[in-house]
Amino acid sequence: MLNYIKLIALGLITLFAMIAASYARDLAYQVHALIIMAVSAGLFLWTLRNTDEPVPAAVLETSYMDGVVRYGVVATAFWGVVGFLVGTFIAFQLAFPGLNFEWAQGYMNFGRLRPLHTSAVIFAFGGNALIATSFYVVQRTSAARLWGGNLGWFVFWGYNLFIVLAATGYLLGATQSKEYAEPEWYIDLWLTIVWVAYLAVFLGTIIKRKEPHIYVANWFFLSFIVTVAMLHIFNNLSIPVSIFGSKSVQVFAGVQDAMVQWWYGHNAVGFFLTAGFLGMMYYFVPKQAERPVFSYKLSIIHFWALIFLYIWAGPHHLHYTALPDWASTLGMVFSIVLWMPSWGGMINGLMTLSGAWDKLRTDPVIRMMVISLGFYGMSTFEGPMMSIRAVNSLSHYTDWTIGHVHSGALGWNGMITFGALYFLVPKLWNRQRLYSLSMVSWHFWLATIGIILYAASMWVTGIMEGLMWREVDANGFLVNSFADTVSAKFPMYVVRALGGVMYLTGALIMCYNLWMTVKRSPAKDAVASSAAVAAE
Amino acid sequence: METYSFLREFADSWMLLLLFLFFVGVILWAIRPGSNKTHRDTANIPFRNEDKPAASKEARK
Repeated sequence: MLNYIKLIALGLITLFAMIAASYARDLAYQVHALIIMAVSAGLFLWTLRNTDEPVPAAVLETSYMDGVVRYGVVATAFWGVVGFLVGTFIAFQLAFPGLNFEWAQGYMNFGRLRPLHTSAVIFAFGGNALIATSFYVVQRTSAARLWGGNLGWFVFWGYNLFIVLAATGYLLGATQSKEYAEPEWYIDLWLTIVWVAYLAVFLGTIIKRKEPHIYVANWFFLSFIVTVAMLHIFNNLSIPVSIFGSKSVQVFAGVQDAMVQWWYGHNAVGFFLTAGFLGMMYYFVPKQAERPVFSYKLSIIHFWALIFLYIWAGPHHLHYTALPDWASTLGMVFSIVLWMPSWGGMINGLMTLSGAWDKLRTDPVIRMMVISLGFYGMSTFEGPMMSIRAVNSLSHYTDWTIGHVHSGALGWNGMITFGALYFLVPKLWNRQRLYSLSMVSWHFWLATIGIILYAASMWVTGIMEGLMWREVDANGFLVNSFADTVSAKFPMYVVRALGGVMYLTGALIMCYNLWMTVKRSPAKDAVASSAAVAAE
Repeated sequence: METYSFLREFADSWMLLLLFLFFVGVILWAIRPGSNKTHRDTANIPFRNEDKPAASKEARK
């Protein structure tokens, strides 16, 4: 019966998408209508072929739902490479403007590719990693199969459809010009539906858990899901100009709009890139180190302190603007107080290895996780410092900010995700071990040196740029024009792009290694493992 | 009083106090006497049920 409702709904969506494609007011909307038409028509046929077929026996509650996690791992690796590639390319575009090809003007110039890069690495790479690992972790730590049956698959495919729509939209010029929240109104609505399904699957699994307590990783994942829902809805309140066009108008205006945007923007960092990835950290670091987290009490205090403080830090993006001073001081103070929970969490993760530090010598995967915690500590030290108004007057609008973001994103988010992927692939595909540990070492060093080149060159160019902008002569006139700073930055831009090449190379080595792990690595001895279970 | 001023005053007095007390309560709850055993058990959750769900609440051990 449900299938008939699905068929009617899919048919109507296909029909509406056809009409929308023909009435479309702009190219991006038209392309999106055609994509939606193709997807819903395909789903219609697929549902039709499965309707009134004998229903397979109910899925046993005696196994975990890992298929969707496997797809998530593949999507993470794929989008990671795409995002790093685009990032490296636009880094070269900044160094060599000739790479803004004449034939691709309006589609592949820096302004169009830059949001593609940020969304690809944050939402496609990071988001798929978060969905996959949260599904893996919540099942294991709740000792229960994923709630909602195929809803988990809906979350995975729905989220990736959101990414495809967002990415094609940027290239074709559909953007609401809000940093990290560029997708237009109908894409935002779709993401809201997917996100509610995600919350339902996650919460449903926690509710039917067999463990009496909710493990700390799930607290972090849950706060990430709930807060991102709230941020997404408020920052995307807009009214479409036409139902057949991608353009929409923001509900908030002026400084209120700016404040909502950076309340969103900084909490995207705080809850998407920090709380969610801390959920990963609290599961995979103890697993890889084979010992429980250093202090469970500290992890509880870490959690509450982090979520109580992060939500207030947004205004530090708006120093010296129309925002009232009290608001930007509030943001600054809370950013500085954030030092404590951030470092508490870092210490908790690092000290988990106490008594097992020798693993750093033999296990490159744990080395990756440890360096990610190191970068977490470093960038959560740098961030509060940059939020101080006096420091911000030098660092704001310079490349220092970009360097800071990348030491956090490449160092903390990237490395902990790589560590999680190296942990997950042998488990999910039932392999004894990774294909090659020396390749993991290569990846580790390429990525680490790449990040150091990136961060160091951005410090130099950012501070230089900030100093050049404020340099005045004896009569109080500014000494440098903007173009002077641009030409002075050239060597550092080349170094930064080379750092990107190294990071990308490391990721490609990882993909090969993971592929070969699935293809070539010896399978776990099925007989031996089932015998072991029986013996228990 | 207009809405903005009322909310502003409420936010930096009673709401601030409430949130702060909640936070202090969380810390006191985390370090309450007798929590060590629970926390040790909870911290070891990742090392159980690796391959398949637990059959029932009792079968956990």
